[in-house]
Amino acid sequence: MFTQFKVKAEAVGSEVHRFGTKAEALDFIERFFKEEDINDAPGSYALWADSPILKGVDIKALEKKIPGLKFEVTRQLAKEAKVCITQVDWGIANTGTVAQDSTAVDQRLAAALPWIHIALLSTDTIVADLPALMSRMHPSRNRYITLTTGPSRTADIERVLAIGVHGPERLVIVCIDEAGGKKS
Amino acid sequence: MTKQFTKSIQKALKNQNLAGILDRWNYPATRTKAYEGIDFEALRTLIAERKSYAADHINELAAQFKKVAEARGAKVIRTNSTQVVKDYITSLCKEKGVKKVVKSKSMASEEIHLNKHLARHGIQADETDLGEWIVQLAHQTPSHFVMPALHLTKEEISDLFSKEVNKPLSNDIQQLVKVARKELREKFFNAELGISGANIAIAETGTIVTVTNEGNARLVTTLPKIHVAIVGLEKLVANYADAAPILIALPKSATSQLMTSYVTFITGPTPNDDGSMKDLHIILMDNKRTEMARDPKFKQALQCIRCASCLNVCPVYRLVGGHVFGHIYTGGIGTILTAWFIELKATEDIQGLCIGCGKCKEICPGKIDIPELILEIRRRLATKQGLPFIYKSALSLINNRKLFHAMLRAASLAQKPFVKDGFIRHLPMFLSGLSEYRSLPTIAAVPFRELFKKIRQPASKTKVAFFSGCAIEFVFPKIGEAVVKVLNKAGIEVLFPEGQSCCGIPHWGSGAFDMAALAAAHNIKPLLENDVQYVVTACATCATALKKEWPHVLKGENMENLIPKAEKLAAKTVMFSELVSKLIEAKKLTPKDRQKIAKITYHDSCHAKRHAGIYKEPRAALTTAGYELKEMFENDTCCGMGGSYTVKQPELSMHMLKRKLKNIENTGAEYVSAECPGCLIQLAGGLDKSGSKIKAKHPAELMEERFK
Repeated sequence: MFTQFKVKAEAVGSEVHRFGTKAEALDFIERFFKEEDINDAPGSYALWADSPILKGVDIKALEKKIPGLKFEVTRQLAKEAKVCITQVDWGIANTGTVAQDSTAVDQRLAAALPWIHIALLSTDTIVADLPALMSRMHPSRNRYITLTTGPSRTADIERVLAIGVHGPERLVIVCIDEAGGKKS
Repeated sequence: MTKQFTKSIQKALKNQNLAGILDRWNYPATRTKAYEGIDFEALRTLIAERKSYAADHINELAAQFKKVAEARGAKVIRTNSTQVVKDYITSLCKEKGVKKVVKSKSMASEEIHLNKHLARHGIQADETDLGEWIVQLAHQTPSHFVMPALHLTKEEISDLFSKEVNKPLSNDIQQLVKVARKELREKFFNAELGISGANIAIAETGTIVTVTNEGNARLVTTLPKIHVAIVGLEKLVANYADAAPILIALPKSATSQLMTSYVTFITGPTPNDDGSMKDLHIILMDNKRTEMARDPKFKQALQCIRCASCLNVCPVYRLVGGHVFGHIYTGGIGTILTAWFIELKATEDIQGLCIGCGKCKEICPGKIDIPELILEIRRRLATKQGLPFIYKSALSLINNRKLFHAMLRAASLAQKPFVKDGFIRHLPMFLSGLSEYRSLPTIAAVPFRELFKKIRQPASKTKVAFFSGCAIEFVFPKIGEAVVKVLNKAGIEVLFPEGQSCCGIPHWGSGAFDMAALAAAHNIKPLLENDVQYVVTACATCATALKKEWPHVLKGENMENLIPKAEKLAAKTVMFSELVSKLIEAKKLTPKDRQKIAKITYHDSCHAKRHAGIYKEPRAALTTAGYELKEMFENDTCCGMGGSYTVKQPELSMHMLKRKLKNIENTGAEYVSAECPGCLIQLAGGLDKSGSKIKAKHPAELMEERFK
C-alpha cells in the first residue's frame, strides 16, 4: 500500500519520506528546518499545529532547540509562515492523497497558507481508494474534511502547469510507521 | 442565422489561441491515461444512475438537504428566482456591513451575474480562481467552465495584471501566477464574506463538496467569517456514498488528473479563527432546474457534473471557443443549459453549431446524449417557430421523390459550365464560399437507378436489397455499381427496390422529425416487399436511419403501427463493409491474390462509428482485400461535412476539413477510404482543391476488383 501511495503522491509533485519511529521523523524535521533556514523572521518561521504525535514530546525543549518554530497557529502567523506542520488522518494509496479532519481552524490555516506544508501520516492509515477513505471519515463526525493531493496548482494560463497559486508550493508527506495514537 | 452571429464566428476563427492550447494539451490522450485501469462505462453508468435518481427526487432531496444542513447549524434557502438569490446576498451584506467579498468558482453565480449586482450595491466581489480573476479583470465571461481564461495568451494576461498592479510585468507564466497569489492573498484576508459554489450537495448529510486545484475554496471558506454557498439544485445527490463516483470521474474527465489537489466536505459551520462560529448560508438555486427534471427528454442534462470534457473533444468548440455561445455556459452542454436557464430562443443560432458528430457523447461521464438533446432543441425550435422557408422547401422537395429526381437531372445539365474532371472547382458570386477550399462533386449524368437496370447479374437464391441513398444515386452511382459487383462475387443477387427515396436524415438533422418520419414511412414498405436476406447500404448516414433512428422517429411522431416493421428492417440492415467482412469470414469471398497493392488510411465517419458502430469491419475487409492500413491521427474526428452543416456553416466546415486533410497527408497513404458518401464528397473535394495526389475512395470501389 505504501509503495503505491508513494508512487502516486510523487507523480503529482508531493515529496514522500518514511521513517520507522517518531524519533527518526523528528530528526528529519529538524534537518529539514535547517536546510530551509527556518528562523524567527516573517516569512521564514515554521508553525506546528496541534497533532496527536506531539503527545509526550517536550514542546518547550523543541522550541528552544529550533529557533523559528512555534506551536501556535493564528491567522496572522500562518499568513507569514514558510512551513506549517499538521498531522493528517488518512492516506489514499491509488491517488497519493492525504485526508484530514480540519474542523479546527488552526489545522486549516496551517495546511492552506504556508509555502511548504508538512503532513505527518501514520503509515498504517493508508487505505486503498476513495470509497475506502469515505467509509472511515463521515460528515456526521467530521465537519470539515480536506483531501489534499499534491501542492496547490493551476493550469489556467495557456494550460501551463504552475505550482503554488494560493496554497503550498510543496507538500512534504512524512510517513511514520510507529506514530503512536493509531487510528482505525 | 443572424448577421451578428456570423460575425462572431468569423471573429472567433481569426483567433486560434484556444485551438493551439488544446492541441498542446492533447486532452484525448491524457484523459485516457488518467482513466487507466478504470472501467469507465461502469463508472459513468453509476454516476448517471445516481444523478438520474436525484433528478427524479429533486424536491425531496432539496427538502432533506435543508433539514439536515439546518440541524447542523447552516441557514438554507431554496428559491426558483435568480432575483431572490441576488437580494438575499445583498441584504445579508447590508445587515453584516460587508463591503468586500471573495469568491471561489461558482458557475451558478455567473449564471445570475452576481458580481455586477453586488457592484451596483457598492460591494466589491473579487474572483479568486486564477482563471475567473483573469476573466474578471478582462471584463469578459468565461470561455470554458473549467478553464475560464483558456482563450487568452500569457501576453494578454501579463497586460491585464500589469494594469492591475500598476507596474510592467514579464510574460513568464510562473511569475504571473506569483503576482496573482500576492494580490489575491490580501483580498482573502480583507474580505468579510466568502462565496463559493459546490460541486456536490449531499442530501443525507447536508454536506457541500468543493473541488479545486488552487486551494482558493479552502481560503474562501476559512478566512472570512461569513460563507455563502450558491448551489444549483442539480448538484444534489441522495447519499454520502454517491459523491465517490463523481469525485473519481470529475478530475479525470475535467483535467486528466487522478485527483484534484483539494477536495473539501463541509457540513455545517466550523470555528472561525477568533473563536466564533462561521455564519454559513447555503442557497439552493432552482432557476428552472426542477422544470427540467420534469421534462422526459431533458432530465438527463441534470446528470452533468460540469467537467467540460464535451468542450475539450468538440471539433467546433476547438475552432470557435466559448464566447460565440453568447452566455456563460459554453459548448454542447452549454447550449442545452442556456436553452433552460436563459430561454429556448437564446439558442436559436448556437444550436446550429453542433455538427452532431457524437464525440462528446462517447466521453461524457454523466452519460448525457448531448447531440440528441441539441437535436431536440432544434426540433422544438422548428415546431415552435418553423424552419426557415428555404430549408423547409428544400426538405419537402427531397421527400417528393419524383420532383427531386427531375430537379437533380436538370441540375446535372445546368452545372455543365463549371465542371472539369467530375469536379466543380469554382462557383460564381455568393455560392463561391462553397468551393473555396473544396471542389464540389458533379451530379452524375445517369443516376444509379438507371445504371442498375443495365448491370447483368447472375441469378441467385441469396438475395439482398440495396438501399442506395441520395448521394450514391445521384453523385456516386459508380459506388453502387461496385457494391453490386463485389456482392455478385459472393454469389449474391442484388435487388434495387424502385420505391426507395431519401432516408430522412437531412430532415431529422434539421429538427423536422415529422418529415423524417414520413421519409421512414415511404421507404419501409418497398424495402421489405421482397424476401431478402439483408438490406444493404453503403452509406453510413442511411445506415443510421435504417439501423437505428427510424423506429425512434416513428414513435415520436405517433406512427407506432409502423414500428414493428421498422424494427424488422433495422435487424436486417447491414453496412456494405459489415456484410463483406461477414462474407470473408464465411469464405464466400476470397482475395484474388496475396499482393499488397496500396497503402490506405481509413476515415471513420461519425455516423458509421458512433451511430452504426461499424469501424472494425471496413478495416478487416480492406486489409483482407490487399490494402496496407496506415492509421491517421484523429481517425474518427469529423471531417466537417455533416450533411447540410457544410452549407449552413461553411467556414467551420472548411476549418475542420483542413485539419482532416493534414492528418490524411501525414500518413503517406495513396488512398483515403470512408464508407460515407458525404465524407467522400468533403474529402475528395478538399484533396482535389489542394492539389493532393491522394484519392478518396469508397471501400466498395477499392474492393471492386480484389475478390475471386
